[in-house]
This record gives sequence, C-alpha cells and structure tokens, in this order.
Amino acid sequence: MLANVLRRLVTVVPTLIGVVIVTFLLTRVLPGDPAVYFAGPAATPESIADIRKSLGLDQSLAEQFLHYVIDLAHGNLGNSLATGQPVVSEIVSRLPASAELTLFGLIIAIAIAIPLGILAAVKQGSWVDHTCRVVATAGVSLPVFFTGLLLVYVFYYQLGWAPAPLGRLNVFYTAPPQVTGFYLIDSLIAGDFELFRASFAQLILPGATLAIFSLAPIARMTRASMLAVLASDYVRTARASGLSAYTVIVTYAFRNAMLPVITTLGMVFSFLLGANVLVEKVFAWPGIGSFAVEALIASDFAPVQGFVLTMAVMYVALNLIIDILYGVVDPRVRLEA
Amino acid sequence: MTAAPALSVEGLSVEFRTRSGIVRALDNVGFSVAKGETIALVGESGSGKSVTAYAVLGILDPAGRVTAGRAMLGGLDLLSAKPRELAEVRGREIAMIFQNPRTALNPIRTVGRQIADVLIRHANVPRGEAQAQAVEMLRAVGITDPARRAKAYPFEMSGGMCQRVMIACALAAKPSLLIADEPTTGLDVTTQAVIMDLIGDLAGKLGMATIFITHDLALAGQRAARIVVMHAGHVVENAPTRELFEHPRHPYTAELIAATPDSAASLDELASVPGSLPDLRRTDLPPCRYSERCPRKASDCDRPLPSSTDAAHLVACWNPLPMNGPLRAPESVS
Amino acid sequence: MTDIAATTRPAAGLAALIRHSRYVIGENPVTGLAFGLFVLILIAALLGPWIVPYDPLASDTAAALAPPSAAHLFGTDQLGRDIFSRVVAATRLDFTIAVASVVLVFLMGGLAGVAAGYFGGWTDRIVSRIADTIMAFPLFVLAMGIVAALGNTVQNIVLATAIINFPLYARVARAEANIRREAGFVEAARLSGNGEWRILTFQILPNVFPLMVVQMSLTMGYAILNAAGLSFIGLGVRAPTPEWGIMVAEGAANIFSGEWWIAFFPGAALMIAVFCFNLLGDGMRDIVDPRRRT
Repeated sequence: MLANVLRRLVTVVPTLIGVVIVTFLLTRVLPGDPAVYFAGPAATPESIADIRKSLGLDQSLAEQFLHYVIDLAHGNLGNSLATGQPVVSEIVSRLPASAELTLFGLIIAIAIAIPLGILAAVKQGSWVDHTCRVVATAGVSLPVFFTGLLLVYVFYYQLGWAPAPLGRLNVFYTAPPQVTGFYLIDSLIAGDFELFRASFAQLILPGATLAIFSLAPIARMTRASMLAVLASDYVRTARASGLSAYTVIVTYAFRNAMLPVITTLGMVFSFLLGANVLVEKVFAWPGIGSFAVEALIASDFAPVQGFVLTMAVMYVALNLIIDILYGVVDPRVRLEA
Repeated sequence: MTAAPALSVEGLSVEFRTRSGIVRALDNVGFSVAKGETIALVGESGSGKSVTAYAVLGILDPAGRVTAGRAMLGGLDLLSAKPRELAEVRGREIAMIFQNPRTALNPIRTVGRQIADVLIRHANVPRGEAQAQAVEMLRAVGITDPARRAKAYPFEMSGGMCQRVMIACALAAKPSLLIADEPTTGLDVTTQAVIMDLIGDLAGKLGMATIFITHDLALAGQRAARIVVMHAGHVVENAPTRELFEHPRHPYTAELIAATPDSAASLDELASVPGSLPDLRRTDLPPCRYSERCPRKASDCDRPLPSSTDAAHLVACWNPLPMNGPLRAPESVS
Repeated sequence: MTDIAATTRPAAGLAALIRHSRYVIGENPVTGLAFGLFVLILIAALLGPWIVPYDPLASDTAAALAPPSAAHLFGTDQLGRDIFSRVVAATRLDFTIAVASVVLVFLMGGLAGVAAGYFGGWTDRIVSRIADTIMAFPLFVLAMGIVAALGNTVQNIVLATAIINFPLYARVARAEANIRREAGFVEAARLSGNGEWRILTFQILPNVFPLMVVQMSLTMGYAILNAAGLSFIGLGVRAPTPEWGIMVAEGAANIFSGEWWIAFFPGAALMIAVFCFNLLGDGMRDIVDPRRRT
C-alpha cells in the first residue's frame, strides 16, 4: 500500500517540473519588457532598472530559471505591487476562504448528483431519469457567473432570503478565531452558533452556484456507470442468488459504479478551480481567485503568476489524492505488480 | 404416480421488446425436473435455453416479458409470485451458476465475502460466523488452502477456481434445484471434467435436482439422465438420454446428434445442422419453427404442434422419425 | 470507425452522409431544434450589425437603465445603449471566437497528434509530455495565465482556448494515426512518392476529422463559455466592444439594485448558444456513430 503511494508520488515529480517551467515561461513571454510589468505603472526608469536587476532579468534565460526555482524553494513568489506584501503570504491567508467555498460547493454537488444518478439508473425512463438528463445537459451549458447572478437576483433581491453577496461575513460580524481558517468549523469550535449561522448564510448562494455547475458531470457519470454496472454479469449473479435489493444496489452495484465517478472527480476539480475564480468575483468572496482578478486589473503580474502556480500545485495534489483513493477502493489496482 | 417434481415449467412464453421489433423468444415451453434428477437443456445458440432459465428465476432483461406460463417450484408459481415470496425462494430453494465465472463474480469483493453474503441472507448464519462457514464451503468445493483463498479477489483466481466459488455461492443455502448455464464453457477440458464431477457429487450429497444448460450434446449425454432439446424457443423433444441417442424422433435431434463429434466419428462423417434459426421477430412464424429447414417437412406440418401422448418420450413433430429408426439420420431421407 | 472505402469515394460517401443526417435529424426532434438554433445563430453572426435596430455602440444617457419595452426589446444599459442590438451584434464576435478556437485547436492538436502517432519515438514523447503538462493545470486558470501573459486581446483568447483544448485533440489524433499508419491508402500514397508530412496532412488528418466533429461542436460551446468567463474578469475583450461575457460583467452590479435585464439577456444568449452546440454535438454523435447514442 505504502509502496503504491510512493510510486505515485514519484510520477508526480515530472508533472510538477512541467508546471514550474510553464509558470516561469508565462512571465518570459510578456510582450515587451517584463521588468516594466513587475515595476508597475507608476515606475521610474531607475526603479525599472532596479527591478530588472533584482529579478535577474538581465541574465540569461537559464540563469533566470535557476533564480526562479531557488526563489520557489524559499517560498518566495515575489511581491504584490498593490499591497507591497509578499504574494505567498497573501495567498496563504486567502486560501482557506477559497477552500471552504469549493469544498462546500463540491459536497452539495455530490450529495445531490450521486443519489440523482443512482435513482435515474435504477428507475430508467422515469421522471427521475429525465430530470437527471436535463440537469446534466443544462448544467454544462450554464455559464457559472450567470447562474450566480441569477441566484442573487432571485434569492437576494426578489425574495430577500439570502444575505447581501458581499463576502464571507456580514459587516456586523467579526471572523472567529483562526483554527482552520474555515469559518464554519472555527465558529463551531468557538461555540458561537450565531456566527456559524451567519457564515453559513453567506456560503449558501456561492456554494449553490458552484454546486449547480459541478452537478452535471457527476450526475451524468454516476448514471452511466450505474447503468453499466446494473447490466453486468456479477449483478445478475447477485440477483440470481436472491440477495436483498439493498445488497444488490448498494454493496454490489454502487461500489463498483463509483470507480469511474472517482476518476471523474479529477476532471470536476479542474472545472471547479476555474469556476471558483468567477464565483468569487460575483460574490466578492475574499479568496485567491479574487486576489488574482484584482491583480489582473491592476496589471500586477507577480500575484497572477503565484496564483497560477498555486492552483496548479493544488490540482496536482488533488489528482494524486484521487488516484490514491481509487487504489484504496479498487483492489485490482492495489494488488497488481 | 411419482412424487411431485422439483420444478415444473408449463406453457412458458417470453417476448423481448427491441428496437427492431418484438422477439418471440420462447413459445409454449414446458418440461419438468424430478427431485434429485439431473436433466440437460440442449440447443444451438439462440434456441432460448438461457432465456428459459432467466425467466424461471425472474432475472430476465428489463426488455423481456413473460407473456404466458407457469413455473411451479413446490407449490409456488415463480412467474406470478409476489416479490416477497420470490425473495424467499431465489438463492435458497433454486440457485443458478453462469458461464464466464470470472465476470460473474463481483470483482472488488473477496470471494469469501461473496459466499458469506449468501449464507447470511439465506442460511440464517449470523454475521460473525459467516466468514468461517464460507471457508468451509470453499473447502467443500475442493479449493485448497481455503482460509487464505477466502480473502482473495476473483481476478486473482483461475477460471476453474472462480467456477468453484460460484458453485459454493449457489449451494450455500442447500437449494433443491440448481440451474447450471454452460458452466464449463471457456474452461480447459480437464477443468471441465473436474467441475462437472464436482457438481454431480454435490448434487448427489444434497439430493439436489440439476438442470444443465448446454449446446454440447455430448456433455449432456455424459451427465444427464434426461435431455430436453430446444429449437428456436420451442421444446422439440424430451426423452431419457439413452433413448434419445438410440432413437431420436425429432428430425432436429437427429441432425444435432449427427453434428456432435464423438470418438468414433471421422471428419468426413461430421455434419452440420443444415439451415439456420428463423428470425424470431417475424410475425409470420410457422407453428413449427423447424419446418423451414426440416428435411422431413410434410404437407401437414403447417398445423399447430401436437402434444405428445408418450409422457416418457415427448416429441413435438407431425412427422417424427420412426421409433426404431437408425442411430443417425441417414444421408438421404427425402 | 470511418469506413476506409467511403473515404476513397468521397462523392458517394457525401450523398449517403446527407441522407443519414436527414434521417437522424428527423428522428430526433431535439437535434432538429439544435440545428435550427444553429442556423439562427449563424444568421445573427453574419448579418448582425446590419439588422439591429440601434447602433450597438451608440449611447443615449437619457434612456439609460430602461427596462425592456417595445422601443428597447431587451432594455438599455447604464449608458443608454440598446441591449438587444448589443446582444445580436455580440453574436458575431463570440461565434468567431468559437470557430477560430476550434479550427486552431484542430490544426494544432490534430497535426501534433497524428505526427506523434505516425512517427512515434521522440515526437510522440514530446507531444505527450506537452499534453500532460497542459492537463496538469486547471484549464480556466491556465487560460487566465496565458491571456494575462500574452496580452489582453481577442486573438490571445483564441490562442489560450486552443492551447487548453490541445491535449484532447492530440490524444485522439494520435490514436487514429497509430491505427492508420499501416493502412492501405497510406501505403499507396507513400509508394507514389508523397513525403511523410504530405501524407500526414492530406491523408491521415482528414480521416481524423469525422471523429472529431462531435468533439468540435462541444468545444465550440466550451470556447464561448471560456471567452465569456475571461471577459467577465476583465481579460480579453475590452469595453465598449459588445461581447456576451463582458456585457454580463457590466450588468452584474446592477443586479443588486434590481436592473436585471442588463446582465440577463447576454447571459441567456450565452446559455442558448452553448446549449445549441452541445445538442448539436450529441446529434453529430448519433450521425457519426449510432452505436454510442446516449
């Protein structure tokens, strides 16, 4: 088991190298003089020259790359022009906000999509099945920022059920003392249920937006996988052996059907991490997505580069976890070679 | 007369709804199996032998429908039983094993647990003891080192071993009837013999009736006391084994026997059954579905099939081969 | 799988294809609907600027923030511009972006993929490594990075979309080329003296095309969403150019004060266009490979 994990870690290394090279190249393909970008719009020729020196932009490409890697190894992602703060500390402080939002949305999506897909497969041709199909097709077509705005209009402006989409907490509240950075968890740890409810209320709309977005591929894959499994030889054997409906559908069919769904989660994360940026903009969510978007508008490039690198590394890590999870569930992968 | 049969199928008709029409897969199929008796259901691919078993067990494809008939197991009609009654019986009184044993077992569940599932469900074995009993079942079907094997997955075992596991699952609740659908297809010859012996042994020990479904007439001849020959969804002949081989009465049976290689035949004498199965989607199927390829077709073969008067040797034919006819169908009949 | 015989008699193949397509469209009304929508979008894209009632760029502050009415079907925005005209005019830009992205990725990914499958060895290794590296990024994030780095233009949106879809096309093309490497017509071309690259471009690549038609339709929808998303966060298209994504961004703040029409209609147009391309892709799948109907 451990050998499996180690082996997978090793395959991740070339991927990470590729990621680092690409993020490095991103700055080097900037039209014109990169130093100008990093110095900012209000720079003088002297400060530009200084930046060029400190970033090593007057050196050869290979030396620049070495510089970059060494900086990365020290956790140095450059400084943000707008705040003057190191990019890495901004990202670290904003990461929990994005993580909480993404996980919240994903959990809702899974909680709806998987039962929906299973029911659609078990009761093929029923209204559940048709609903599932419609959801799957619509979910793929809806632009995520449009969904977010629609939800805001209906539930905040018209119905007044949801609070103003202005970030993680209403102005009147202060954040709970930081343990995990997740407001939902931290407020519970602090025993502050009022705060918990307030945080939850702010999470609902952006979370629902992300959930609607990721619902489609999960439901579709669950349904397709379940249909295939229900028609399999071993489910037929289980039925012939007279096992209970629960055993057949859950223990025999569902567990096998989940294997492709776990693999699909990798693709879902790719979309989710991208959609996160858009949702954060709509709901003024103070995560790393909005950090990057603000930096973009200000032509502040270091945060953007740091953002892309961080997201890529997170995505690689997530895929690794999914691979390992798959290996845990499927013994055929575990026990081979 | 004799005691009540283990299973009695009467007038079974099954249809499948497909994109290209309705397939009349089975038409008025009937036969019975006595307690402890071993019979074989024999026919070409597409003759409906597996469909019969699936219909009896209630595991037909969703596109399939039983349109008529009864399948009496004890006093219960399986085809019209309520789901609750069926659940009591399926896997417990009547069990089935399939071909391709490796794909017929759950690939991500240990074989021990799969057997235990059946024990818990049907044999009233408490969870704690189920695993140990599963190991005993594995021993009973001849798997060596059963304690270790019980923790293995199907993909780690050979085809023969997987078939043994399936047999263990099927026999876990000591059913009174076992249906074995091509249990040895895909296995090598030595393993085939071993598996068939195993089934025979266990059937004898449990006093269990067995229905072998096979396209291999020779295999049926070796193992079954009685053979039911099917063609295109019809039962065409039903007789004790020796009687069937020595005095086949239905022309199709005769052709099948002629097409079966045995140690005495040379390649020259090997024939194939002429013609092919009729398209079962046709709405104009003749009453005798063999008539269009039958060398003995007579003018009155368009009538609905007769019900035979000889209960020991049933033939569904208006022009059967004579009682003391030759062992094999002669080259020229017409 | 494409029938090799059919590709050597293109005229007969085409007639049969049209007949089969008509059958599939007729049989499934949804596909017919998608096809009709597609034609509508195409007309709007081609004729848009000429058939709109108002100049998409003309502002009229007196009529600003007017809800939908007879005069302004979709209402007006903060600068008094007619939203209906802008939405229709934007069709051209979004459609062009979609088509350009798809053509580019088919050429880039297709050629790289068939080269990798045909030559194998180092070509294969390099192409595969590039594809894997691209897939290591969350796709939208990579697009953001590319457009931010290369510059805020529509061309770069097209390039970024093509790059992030590159791995998919390269993979399929590579698999196909692997299979067809030894095919009869390739041998024939080789024997008649065609260079390897000619064979790749004119023999193998066209054979990959039917397989990719389904994917290309889906990619069109994705390209529009991608461009809209990038524009929404301020990358790519700049005001006052009418483009669906940027129009939604312009109307976003007004949602909170109840002026829903500014963001709604461009968003709805986005949704309909993407929906249409997805349905079209499903319909294409039925035409190209009826065995894989969903």
